[in-house]
Amino acid sequence: MRRLTRTSITTLAAMVLLTDVSGATDFDYAKLEKGRALVDAGDCVACHTQDKAKPFAGGRAIPTPFGTIYSANITPDRDTGIGAWTADDFYRAMHEGVGPHGERLYPAFPYPYFTRMSRDDVEAVHAYLMSLDPVSNTPPPNELIWPLNIRTFMAGWNMLFFNKGTYQPDPNKSAEWNRGAYLVEGPGHCGACHTPKNIFGADKASKALQGGVIQDWTAPNLTAQTSEGLGGWSEADIAEYLKTGRNRLSGATGLMAEVVVNSTSKMSDADLKAIAVYLKDVGPSSAPSVSAPAQNFMQAGEAVYRDSCAACHQGNGTGVPHMFPPLQGNAMVQQADPTTVLRIILEGAKTAATAQRPTTSAMPAYGWKLDDQQIAAVATYVRNSWGNKAGPVASDMVSRMRGAINARKAAPQTVGTGARVDAQQSH
Amino acid sequence: MPLALNRRHLLSTGVAAGAAAVINPPISQGHEVSGKVPWSAGDANTPEFTRSGDYQFLTAAEVAFLDAAVARLIPADDLGPGAKEAGATFFIDHQLAGPYGQAAHWYMQGPWASGEKTQGYQSRMTPAELYRAAIKAVDEHCRSTLGGREFTALSPDEQDKVLSGLEKGEIKLANIDAQTFFDALLQNTIEGYFSDPIYGGNRDMVGWKLIGFPGARYDYRDYVSRHNEKLAFEPVGITGRPGWNPAKS
Amino acid sequence: MVKKLPPVDVVLVGFGWTGAILGQELTDAGLNVVAIERGGWRDTPTDFAVTFAQDELRYYYRQALFQEPVRETLTFRNSPDQTALPMRRLGSFLPGTGVGGAGIHWNGQTWRFLPSDFAALRHNTERYGAQAIPETMTIQDWPVGYDELEPYYDRFEYLCGISGKAGNLNGQIVEGGNPFEGARRRDYPNPPMQMVYGPTLFGAAAKELGYHPFPAPSANMSRAYTNPLGVTLAPCTYCGFCEKYGCGNYSKSSPQTTVIPVLLRKDNFELRTNSEVLRVNRDSSGKRATGVTYVDIQGQEYEQPAEIVILCAYILHNVHLLLVSGIGTPYDARSGEGTVGRNYAYQIVSGVNAFFDDKLFNPYIGAGALGIVIDDFNGDNFDHAGKGFIGGGYLACWNTNGRPIENSPTPENTPKWGAKWKSAVAKNYLRTASVSTHGAVMSHRNNYLDLDPTYRNAYGQPLLRMTFDYTDNEMKMSEFLTERAADLARAMKPREIRINARKGHYSIVPYQTTHNTGGTVMGDNPRDSVINRYLQSWDVPNLFVMGAGAFPQNPGYNPTGTVGALTYWTAEAIRSQYLKNPGPLVQA
Repeated sequence: MRRLTRTSITTLAAMVLLTDVSGATDFDYAKLEKGRALVDAGDCVACHTQDKAKPFAGGRAIPTPFGTIYSANITPDRDTGIGAWTADDFYRAMHEGVGPHGERLYPAFPYPYFTRMSRDDVEAVHAYLMSLDPVSNTPPPNELIWPLNIRTFMAGWNMLFFNKGTYQPDPNKSAEWNRGAYLVEGPGHCGACHTPKNIFGADKASKALQGGVIQDWTAPNLTAQTSEGLGGWSEADIAEYLKTGRNRLSGATGLMAEVVVNSTSKMSDADLKAIAVYLKDVGPSSAPSVSAPAQNFMQAGEAVYRDSCAACHQGNGTGVPHMFPPLQGNAMVQQADPTTVLRIILEGAKTAATAQRPTTSAMPAYGWKLDDQQIAAVATYVRNSWGNKAGPVASDMVSRMRGAINARKAAPQTVGTGARVDAQQSH
Repeated sequence: MPLALNRRHLLSTGVAAGAAAVINPPISQGHEVSGKVPWSAGDANTPEFTRSGDYQFLTAAEVAFLDAAVARLIPADDLGPGAKEAGATFFIDHQLAGPYGQAAHWYMQGPWASGEKTQGYQSRMTPAELYRAAIKAVDEHCRSTLGGREFTALSPDEQDKVLSGLEKGEIKLANIDAQTFFDALLQNTIEGYFSDPIYGGNRDMVGWKLIGFPGARYDYRDYVSRHNEKLAFEPVGITGRPGWNPAKS
Repeated sequence: MVKKLPPVDVVLVGFGWTGAILGQELTDAGLNVVAIERGGWRDTPTDFAVTFAQDELRYYYRQALFQEPVRETLTFRNSPDQTALPMRRLGSFLPGTGVGGAGIHWNGQTWRFLPSDFAALRHNTERYGAQAIPETMTIQDWPVGYDELEPYYDRFEYLCGISGKAGNLNGQIVEGGNPFEGARRRDYPNPPMQMVYGPTLFGAAAKELGYHPFPAPSANMSRAYTNPLGVTLAPCTYCGFCEKYGCGNYSKSSPQTTVIPVLLRKDNFELRTNSEVLRVNRDSSGKRATGVTYVDIQGQEYEQPAEIVILCAYILHNVHLLLVSGIGTPYDARSGEGTVGRNYAYQIVSGVNAFFDDKLFNPYIGAGALGIVIDDFNGDNFDHAGKGFIGGGYLACWNTNGRPIENSPTPENTPKWGAKWKSAVAKNYLRTASVSTHGAVMSHRNNYLDLDPTYRNAYGQPLLRMTFDYTDNEMKMSEFLTERAADLARAMKPREIRINARKGHYSIVPYQTTHNTGGTVMGDNPRDSVINRYLQSWDVPNLFVMGAGAFPQNPGYNPTGTVGALTYWTAEAIRSQYLKNPGPLVQA
């Protein structure tokens, strides 16, 4: 039986009145409510929670290319959390990536995005966090490679890659567009996954939202490019996906399923529409150049597909909307990096279940049934059929994916070999 | 007087009220499921099978006996390979070595009685014990009634007569019900001819090819309204068919 | 030492169809509900995925989804003068286990009983006279009628997404549906399935003979469907691994595909698997259930107190639980006293194969409820005068599967093995259609369930003992239906037919149906029933007993539709009546 993990705001209000909590000396229901909504949008709970019974108490292992970072305790506990921080301390952390004692924070905590947030919004977030139950929890020390384990090293990183500053609205765009931009570039920090990284783990600014790979999942291209991006999605499709976890074209799986369940499904319809408006206006990335697939792979892939995949995804790739995503025209299927495609075939995938779309449709695992060559063939087939056009997949890529999955299963806390620095062309 | 069923009552018995009344945290070794549908990546209750070609249970003599028997039950002829070629003996071997052979899922408590036919299998022997004992007993019967020859040394016609005698219960075997053995043997032979090749029989899907069964497929929507048509599917097993592998280019 | 757990509002024993529906309905009413299931968690992508569900050996012949006799079984005899012996392996019926129960491996044939079925005694007596009911036949009228249950049939059909065609819409007979059915308020939620060749031919033949063929009501989806709970099912792909198998692509209605995704999200619901309930506990008065005792895999016992106890564990286990808990008076066949275990019934089935030279049927393109049916010989839809039996059954041409081990029909006089068998199988596999009969079984004073004196289960409790045989009524009726089936088969113009009639005593060996009924019969007074019209125990008012055990006798249809309707009916009675005023809902 699940205990209540978040009490209602009204109960919180009562607690605030009765408790002297530093930093929230005056009770402001609207501010707390705004803070809660921003915390939902920022999906703070996902990284800052290790034990579901102790939300925001930190300690979750975040694998990065440079080692493992453990998230901080952001409950108002005075000794192990942020209870002793001032409002200024909190703003400096969010806006500059600097802790209360001047220590530099690592951008696994996406301050390069939170810097866009207004002072008012950050204070609301702070007020909300301070209103939670304090939980005593000291996260494990970080396990980073040298010299990154020396925080002052981050000063150089910030100089090169950190573009500090609150979001400035574009006067030529609508209020809705600006709201969407604020959410995407600020609390939503979408680019933290969806923008490819350089070898220092920083965003490749010229390739914003063109897709990335994180923890062995492909975060797809969100530009208007058709085959890999949101070109085929309407604003309504985007909003529906974020709200319910699925739409006629796709279903959220893997890390995005968590984002939907913890974050976007709780956001207001107006905010989701704003995000959709903004994303639909992001110019298309250049169309990828793709090599033609080998005929013998296409033929074998078709045989595998008809026998093993068509029962859900249909012979013509049109799937069952809201249930089994269509593969025809599917952006995830056609990502330059086929990481997610291969991972899903090997291990299966479960679509996010939300209150609106509770059906827990899941794809079964095929890794035990198909060998590397057969998986490469069927992946090549679906990426190049029904009008789809994406790079073919070779068996050694499947082998590597298999190895990465097995390594992760054996030692879940270590860095996965899937950590990537760029969305690679498949070969 | 019936107790009122309301929150106050539950409160007074110490159970917390509220939107999520507390159910005791897991203390039983049963598995607790709540909050969401369980799933984890890669989980699959896949079939158990081995790719090794070694016999696990039958002795060489028993293999020879069964090879001869299954070859009569489903012979090779111009329609195609029979049960022996399909690997039915190998299939039976693996079945006898596994839970079926051990009667692991059956009720095998006593007391034992023979009962009516309508009451079903009442032998205290597991299938593995039954086969072992019956093969011995049949050979003994053959030796003593057919000039000192074992089953494998008989002519096909003679073998058919023996099998028929077992089927009808005309041949009496010491301590074993001949019909029970024959029923099991025939059933397992047919299984060995028609089951998925992962279990060691139906080699190259010869059983399925004989009749035109497409195998482990899952989608026939495009063919539902194709009435009275010959549909030529290459049969496929759970682990695939040759067409799944890219041809050498 | 037994560990005592904090009390809950409702404990559900077993988590198949009735457990899932009640879980959903009662949590909706704000109650805290715990379901205790002896088997394990099972779900589509992990336990019967499209990657391995097509395994005839594993699922049918090695019975991977069914109850294991090594843990729980029963003893069986045809008549009281025999000694019952254990059903050591499954045969005639295939009870489920695990989350979803038999709702995972059923075929999806979903029916409503006829209005006259609910008043079998009165109706047959009125029409055919008291002498039509033999003295040892113990049929009774149901304490609830078709019209009362109609809205609940509708709810279950819409929960499941049944594919079908209405034959009687609010009194208006509709062409193409079943003209004999009771009036329904609206059509099925989904159109009928696309039909394959064999049933199509059968339908044409049936029409020629003046009968009224219609597509079988099917819980295999004819299209994608989202039910009133918001749960979505996908279209059936006619894979031919339906009945006895789990569905791999969410296209067969089951607790998993219709209810569980919504139910498990609720804070006030918890499911405990791998936990077997051993008995229902009562207070010292014996008139109030205090909860249940269950045991986990390690053998540790727990006591789960509850305000309401509901048995959802399938008719056979429900009867067993009542008997080992000492609730109610066990039925004694000799004296006729007692009610628990009384009026056990089953189904009587037969079939006719039709072999063709000039037609191809592709039998492997199948689904559990794919077929054309005629109801002209069911219930009292025809004049029984002079026939010597009451009741009837439907005739159908099903196309459920072409699984070769199970379904390789051969003509009359074909040997069971050898070259002739092989060539007969090869020749006829693609060219055979079948007509089957599915007949009612009336209750009889010598067909009953009680506890075995000798054999024990894995927990040391006595096994349930089943005493059952067909009577003259069933044999005559089945003979009649089989002849009608042969007529229909011949009308399809085959090369030859083979009649597989029901002969001799009921045998526990060959699979027939998993339609066990009775034992906890519902009635309007405690002298001849165990539960009242709301499935509430006469003896223990805070105990309800679900499932087909409620049927006073078994009509000629698959039971699940009525089981589902009765579950919704009971749920509403608990919500709107019992919770406001706990106690007996019917004065005896």
